Amino acid sequence: MLREIWKHRAVYAAISPFYLLFGIFGLFPIGFSLYLAFHKWDGIGDMTYNGWGNFRYLVTDNEFWQAVGNTFAIWVYSTIPMLFFALIIAFLLYAPFVKMRTLWRVGFFLPNVTSIVAVAIIFGALFANNFGFLNYLLQLLGLPTIQWLNVPWGIQIAISSMVVWRWTGYNAIIYLAGLQSIPHVLYEAAKMDGATGAQAFFRITIPMLRPVILFTVITSTIGGMQLFTEPQVLVGNDGGAGASGMTIVLYLYRESFVNNYFGYGAAVGWGMFLIIALFSIVNWKLVQGKK
Amino acid sequence: MMQARVKSVILYTGLLAGMILSMFPFYWLIVMATRTTSDIYRFPPQLWFGSHFWSNVTRVLQQIDFAGAFFNTLFVASSVTLLVLFFDSLAGFAFAKFDFPGKKALFIILLATMMVPSQLSLVPSFVMMAAFGWVGTFKALIIPGMVNAFGIFWIRQYAEESIPKELLDAGRMDGCSFFRLYWNVALPILRPAFAFLGAFTFIGAWNDYLWPLIVLTDERKFTLQIALSQLNGIYNTDYAMVIAGTLLAVLPLIILFLFISRQFISDLAAGAVKD
Repeated sequence: MLREIWKHRAVYAAISPFYLLFGIFGLFPIGFSLYLAFHKWDGIGDMTYNGWGNFRYLVTDNEFWQAVGNTFAIWVYSTIPMLFFALIIAFLLYAPFVKMRTLWRVGFFLPNVTSIVAVAIIFGALFANNFGFLNYLLQLLGLPTIQWLNVPWGIQIAISSMVVWRWTGYNAIIYLAGLQSIPHVLYEAAKMDGATGAQAFFRITIPMLRPVILFTVITSTIGGMQLFTEPQVLVGNDGGAGASGMTIVLYLYRESFVNNYFGYGAAVGWGMFLIIALFSIVNWKLVQGKK
Repeated sequence: MMQARVKSVILYTGLLAGMILSMFPFYWLIVMATRTTSDIYRFPPQLWFGSHFWSNVTRVLQQIDFAGAFFNTLFVASSVTLLVLFFDSLAGFAFAKFDFPGKKALFIILLATMMVPSQLSLVPSFVMMAAFGWVGTFKALIIPGMVNAFGIFWIRQYAEESIPKELLDAGRMDGCSFFRLYWNVALPILRPAFAFLGAFTFIGAWNDYLWPLIVLTDERKFTLQIALSQLNGIYNTDYAMVIAGTLLAVLPLIILFLFISRQFISDLAAGAVKD
């Protein structure tokens, strides 16, 4: 055994940087963060043991639960339209007679390459209270204008629309790849058996696409729970009007790096981890289960 | 025949509507970057280009060290990309083409690490950086990111299919060491896979925000994203300048992406669907 390992020493050397780096910058901080979550620490003075104190505070912390609620609200407002539009775009692009496929795909994907900081600045201008483009559209339609960035739901809509804009094209391309990987023989066989277009869609396309849909739901759940840059750049560290842009990660950032409650910040991190894990499992069961 | 025409009208209308929504923010960004701040604050908004682009850009260059932030970002993103390509391909090649004790378990561990959310270790990572004396240096941005599980996984998939066993056997016969096999046989074959992994890593590093925001303390070390967010916070009375800076910061990446987009998008799609 040892001789076998020694024989492959070059191969182990080749894969070792990853494990070394993960040990130092991944695994160790996680252990440390568990330790920190049971302590009080401002980053400068001594750490003092606090037992379950941070977690006891966490479960009664209204600001934390508001951040959880905000994160979920923004996740719902963004994920549902995003995946819906992505599916429509994918179906349009899948049509056999569509021309210039590459051009469309590049155009839809371009927002994804743009940095979130830039996106937040552009959307800040689109949603601006007094001179924004959206209010201009509302006025053209004869509707009253909205103080988007002064009302809690307006802030959440602005944040969600950034997510939708940035990720719809990405998901459309994933769906398109999924559609293209469905073997044509299945449709031909269905046609021979006299199936209608709708039957083929619900009996072949949707079931064959389920793993891809699951993939997009899981990735957008994880992404949605980790939202940070959009609200931070748009409304700042306090989450804007009514703290409605305060997401879980923004709260974690503020408690840790603005208020220097390092121990509590670590506890918030673990709370977030639990929520993401639970939520991912529920999601997975839901999407898998509906056969 | 008639039905086909109706279908294609619906199809193109839908695609065009999506494209307009997708492109409009870029258009709006360019329009605002060519206007004065008082133009931008005017209502109804100005929808056509103005003539103040160069004066806005000049003020960006005066107010912040844009060139400095640009080269900082370029340096960090390029270093991370080169290191990731090297270490990920080395490990990906090893996993794809060699059998060694513990291979399966090690690979499962590698995949499992992808599930760990990075925010969990945000506070301790910062504390570690402080202990190493890396706060405020590029080491904090480059070293923790120089090898990653996703890239190893991606390269392994590619290497498994594309590197012929016979070629490796022939190399072994000639007495090539592992590293020689990697350098002379695998590397040339893996090059097409590098394009996607390299672009993916570079774009990610270029756009990174949360971690640089925490560890970069010195203004001279700011990356573009941090400089941009500072600009947005401090100078929002000179909105035209902030917008012009935003345009300058996104342009290089968009141009890079347009060059590689075709390959990038199909690789991304293939990676997501195949499992």
